[in-house]
Amino acid sequence: MKITVGKGSCGIAAGAGEISAQFEENIKANNINCDIVTTGCIGMCYIEPIANVIDDNGKCTTYVNVGTNAVNEIVKSIQGLENHASKYEILQEDLDVLATQPRIALANCGIINPEHIDEYVARDGYKAAEKCIKSLTPEEVIEEMKISGIGGRGGAGFPTWFKWNAARASEGDKKYMICNADEGDPGAFMDRAIIEGDPHAVIEGMLIGAYAIGSDEGIVYVRAEYPLAIIRLEKALEQARENGMLGKNIFGSDYSFDIRIKAGAGAFVCGEETALIASLEGERGMPRLKPPFPAQKGFWQKPSNINNVETYANVPWIIRNGGEAFSNMGTENSKGTKVFALTGKINKGGLVEIPMGESIHNVVFGVGGGIKNDVPFKAVQMGGPSGGCIPAEIADTMIDYKTLAETGAIMGSGGMVVMDETTCMVDIARFFLDFTRKESCGKCTHCRVGNLRLLEILERICAGDGRDGDIELLSELAEQVKEGSLCQLGQTAPNPVQTTIRYFRHEYEDHIYNKKCTAHQCKALITYSVDAEKCIGCTLCKRACPNDAIAGDVKKPHTIDIEKCIKCHKCVDVCKFNAVIVD
Amino acid sequence: MNCQCKSQSKCTPRKFADPSIDITLFDPFLEKYAGDDGALIPILQKAQDLYGYLPIDLIEYISCKAEIPLAKVIGVVTFYTQFRMNPVGKNLILLCQGTACHVNGSADIEHAIRDHLKVEEGEITPDGLFTYNNVACIGCCSLAPAMMIGSTTYGHLTKDKCVEILKEIEENAE
Repeated sequence: MKITVGKGSCGIAAGAGEISAQFEENIKANNINCDIVTTGCIGMCYIEPIANVIDDNGKCTTYVNVGTNAVNEIVKSIQGLENHASKYEILQEDLDVLATQPRIALANCGIINPEHIDEYVARDGYKAAEKCIKSLTPEEVIEEMKISGIGGRGGAGFPTWFKWNAARASEGDKKYMICNADEGDPGAFMDRAIIEGDPHAVIEGMLIGAYAIGSDEGIVYVRAEYPLAIIRLEKALEQARENGMLGKNIFGSDYSFDIRIKAGAGAFVCGEETALIASLEGERGMPRLKPPFPAQKGFWQKPSNINNVETYANVPWIIRNGGEAFSNMGTENSKGTKVFALTGKINKGGLVEIPMGESIHNVVFGVGGGIKNDVPFKAVQMGGPSGGCIPAEIADTMIDYKTLAETGAIMGSGGMVVMDETTCMVDIARFFLDFTRKESCGKCTHCRVGNLRLLEILERICAGDGRDGDIELLSELAEQVKEGSLCQLGQTAPNPVQTTIRYFRHEYEDHIYNKKCTAHQCKALITYSVDAEKCIGCTLCKRACPNDAIAGDVKKPHTIDIEKCIKCHKCVDVCKFNAVIVD
Repeated sequence: MNCQCKSQSKCTPRKFADPSIDITLFDPFLEKYAGDDGALIPILQKAQDLYGYLPIDLIEYISCKAEIPLAKVIGVVTFYTQFRMNPVGKNLILLCQGTACHVNGSADIEHAIRDHLKVEEGEITPDGLFTYNNVACIGCCSLAPAMMIGSTTYGHLTKDKCVEILKEIEENAE
């Protein structure tokens, strides 16, 4: 008998740590023979904390939204006492959502204990690496990757085999295998969940890649904001060394390889390969011109290969099941699956793994369970600050590198932020520009200054001071920033502006010409008033107003002085009769 | 390793404007990394870990000891958002301003924090308890809006819930 508790960063924030301790205490107090086991995140963040009770016959019962009461009831059910545990059991529809996902990168997340190598090994872990090192040549490994057709999961989708091949072909006795875990896209947390939930898959992927390119040293560049991921990865590395999967003479061969961790220091641009290398070398993370590519001159000028966490996590599966099995999934130019972080105004937010070729609509309304509070669906933002907004009208677009690029968005690393009618698209463009402007390293004038100018125009529009010609000015400047920037950060920074103008031009026009924000997000463009027919004069709003902007006697309709109103929204929050009108 | 710089006054005597800095805690670490060209970022991370921030005299000290030009050290410190040159309150609030938090109302949460603490971003409250910073995504998007205080993440924030959390920390400090 064992109980597993999902303890990724998200689960812990939802209270999984306390729940786990309560199980321990309760089990001990009742003298029950049962282990409490930590697992990573299974992806169903919307019903966390999640606990699985696995009995001696292997039967698993999943409980969700587990709190103190649930713990007590679950323990009673284990003891065979009368209980109400069933009301905490997972709904069949949620189990179905999980069952429909083909899981490759997330195969072990939420299932195994990430802090025990044995559990990974028991699920065929390190078999792929052993097969490669013992019975395949590096060329054969690269060939298998080529057959699989996997592209880089960091966003660009560049063929992984090609990178490996280039690094292998590069001359040099010292080569580096680098893992990019500097997941900086706001709205994305796939890499964090994979490292926290299944660190050995990443290590094994790196090991296979390192063998293929002929490297003896690996580095994982992790965001410093992911402390738990760093801890789990450190443990995993240590266990892999103890078990002979890292270090000298791996699996008894003459091949040696080891991995170390380097914590980033908070710079989005370090997700770019050459900037990441500069950061590893202790410099400011500023990109440089390519070529030479890292495969030729990378870390300390040595040939280096850089892949994303999710890419590495796919590698062991590809070797075990063959490249062809992987390429059978997906579309003509996008193979396999992709992990997405589904967030925003969505009912079932969390991590999902989707076969390439699925439509965005199906993701939002299928596994995502639709929009919160049934507010109309407006758009999906994909690819973070480098990506774009895809409107509801074309949500049947396939998830595929090429078709997504045609919409003006990109696949990106996997952030999928769902937006409803209450999201203002001009404000979203402003939000992303604010981000990229801060994260620009400052090397290229167009990125450094151009993005700031774009932001200023957007801020002006949101503040109600938009002018005729602003949309054209934004479009022109966006093109120039794209052309005048060296790296992908600058080249893609205007994407959110361009896609929102392309699909939501009417919102820009509303802001500029009608001075209206239909989503009621831009404070300068909205006013508050009281509906005299609905107001019963309860004085709640009057008392809540921090600026004495509301007047009126008891049991008589109140009024709002718009000169005094600071648009803090408190009156709307407290009114029980929906009598405050926002327009 | 002895400091190679000519201006001995910068390195010795080991006095810092902030009397709470005990440099003996840091020296062994500096020695460990001596000669490692790529170690500047871990060195700075360790220093900030120990002292909470990187005052200019400490930066000068690192530059001398590690034999890295001062301009380069300051360049790196100011480039990365993790590093700060000013002290912060006992509890550092990292308020997530990622996309998911933004669409779920992180701006309102910021107002609530500012109203309650009565300080601007980056400032220390008069009692020394808090500093709040807006940060890029902390990767807990499914809990949006979210914030981190120390190593604890709080999710599904509302204005009221946020203030309650702050009040609880204040009460425990008394």
